[in-house]
Amino acid sequence: MSGPLSRSLAAGMESKARLYIRAALLIVIALLAALPLLNLFVPPSSPFYLPDFAVKLIGKWLCFAILALAIDLVWGYVGILSLGHGAFFALGGYAMGMYLMRTIGDRGVYKNPMLPDFMVFLNWKELPWYWYGFDNFLFALLMVVLVPGLLAFVFGWLAFRSRITGVYLSIITQAMTFALMLAFFRNDMGFGGNNGMTDFKDILGFPLNTDATRAGLYWASLIMLALTFLLCRMVVRSKLGRVLTAVRDAESRVRFLGYSVTNYKLFAFTLSAMIAGVAGALYTPQVGIINPSEFSPASSIEAVIWVAVGGRGSLVGAIVGAFAVNGAKSWLTSYAPEYWLFILGGMFIAVTLFMPRGIVGLFGPKGRGPRISKPSVANISAMLGTIPPEPKEQRP
Amino acid sequence: MTKPQNPVLYLDDVTVSFDGFRALNGLSFVVEPGELRTIIGPNGAGKTTMMDVITGKTRPDKGTAFFKGTYDLTKLSEETIANLGIGRKFQRPTVFDNHTVFENLELALKADRRAARTLFARLAPAQKERIEAVMDQIGLSERARDLAGLLSHGQRQWLEIGMLLMQDPELLLVDEPVAGMTDHETEQTAVLLKGIAGKRSVVVVEHDMEFVRALATKVTVLHEGSVLSEGTVDHVQNDPKVIEVYLGR
Repeated sequence: MSGPLSRSLAAGMESKARLYIRAALLIVIALLAALPLLNLFVPPSSPFYLPDFAVKLIGKWLCFAILALAIDLVWGYVGILSLGHGAFFALGGYAMGMYLMRTIGDRGVYKNPMLPDFMVFLNWKELPWYWYGFDNFLFALLMVVLVPGLLAFVFGWLAFRSRITGVYLSIITQAMTFALMLAFFRNDMGFGGNNGMTDFKDILGFPLNTDATRAGLYWASLIMLALTFLLCRMVVRSKLGRVLTAVRDAESRVRFLGYSVTNYKLFAFTLSAMIAGVAGALYTPQVGIINPSEFSPASSIEAVIWVAVGGRGSLVGAIVGAFAVNGAKSWLTSYAPEYWLFILGGMFIAVTLFMPRGIVGLFGPKGRGPRISKPSVANISAMLGTIPPEPKEQRP
Repeated sequence: MTKPQNPVLYLDDVTVSFDGFRALNGLSFVVEPGELRTIIGPNGAGKTTMMDVITGKTRPDKGTAFFKGTYDLTKLSEETIANLGIGRKFQRPTVFDNHTVFENLELALKADRRAARTLFARLAPAQKERIEAVMDQIGLSERARDLAGLLSHGQRQWLEIGMLLMQDPELLLVDEPVAGMTDHETEQTAVLLKGIAGKRSVVVVEHDMEFVRALATKVTVLHEGSVLSEGTVDHVQNDPKVIEVYLGR
């Protein structure tokens, strides 16, 4: 089975399959890029007209796909199952929201040139120090990556250095996002409490409620998704990427080879958090609101399910999963909203048991994904990031 | 005889306890440069714990452990010790199943281990040649592009030994290399390890007496965490203390 002939044959088939996948990807990207044109230039009476809400909806999915890439990078390639990536997404979203609030200026309900409406409402007299600078778009962009990145760095440093792995790490990431949610719910935090931030007017001078701005944000998200994909691909295909998958598969071996596992995990985790922040920043202006519910543990878990469904350990899989699950969600929540959560949970279990490599695992060449073959309880723990187990060190 | 150099490995009075159980009890022993040493002993004699101490995985309660006379192994981290030149092969073969044979060796290759460097690392021709030379040595050149997960048990053991060689270590710790191997594979492994020793020091932990005999080296017998006997295979096999421990129970 591993003779040179069959091997070169397999390699040929693999490269052919890769070619098809690449062609299909390009077509999908072209179609996605063309979609807003159906909104901008087709009259609403035409059957080809794409309604405004659809542009917004797919734009939102593009952001989710970026978040899915971020999760796949740490979960699929390093085996770190983060159940708190929604927090990084939300922080990016809040940083963008702060810019959008400041840029409203004196056009708010209370006409205060400095303070956002919710602060005036709370009788605040001065802008809190951490709101300074957010009137500048570039500063806000910097914060979009820096704040999630810094949180991930500090959190990751503490966790990875103490060699917290598997389910334990998942649980503390969950606790992290939950704690942040509670904090952001508080009015005196200065981020709008449970209402969050909304009623945005414009971004860089472009009013948010026009078709053109909507399309612009959509395209920005698509471009960002493509760039993120290329960045992640570069990372996972480098030697560093091979070290990361080695950490996933046999962490202590990597350590005995002389690599600092902590630093490698920290790199992946921080980069991933920054990507998630960017996704959140693109999300906020498109949906027009950011509030603490984005920090809820459930949203982080949902994002993990996208990746599981699409195919953990495959970058294309993460994107496919984000679209597939959110597509199903939009469709189902309008027909049978009460069943959606059951279906979501069922999807996770089904994928875990029967399609451990997700949707993309059904097609295409065999990748280097975590190899899990038989449906078993082991698959579930594999999904939780507890497999492959560390070789049990035997005490004499 | 030349002037005695610093021993590669120097353990003195090392004691490790787990919950009151003494895994190592005042263990002392020395490995010279280029030496091939075999360690045998019944289960629970402390062989694996000894390796844990040497590689920085376990900190001893008492005693000293020096590498090349200068590096205090009881204070350094696992990564540092690995980079100083101590390579370890686990009892169960641990290779990266989702990487090819070539990539496994590439990861083990002695090179800058920092994340920022590996992101942009490219293999130099000399490094590639070195990987190919080691693949040759461990007899896996044919399988270079196969995933390690597809290798047989014996081949995985060799791959792991190859990974140790890529690190260019001065001391190799090899835990039960022939467990589960066929007779033919066992013979080949003995040849491989003897070929490695001389340039590097090799410490082999093994149960298989045939294999120990094939290696024909100085043997150290561990028992209850300390050295029971030391010498040639014949010497230790005829040592009454050893016979008592092995047969008297």
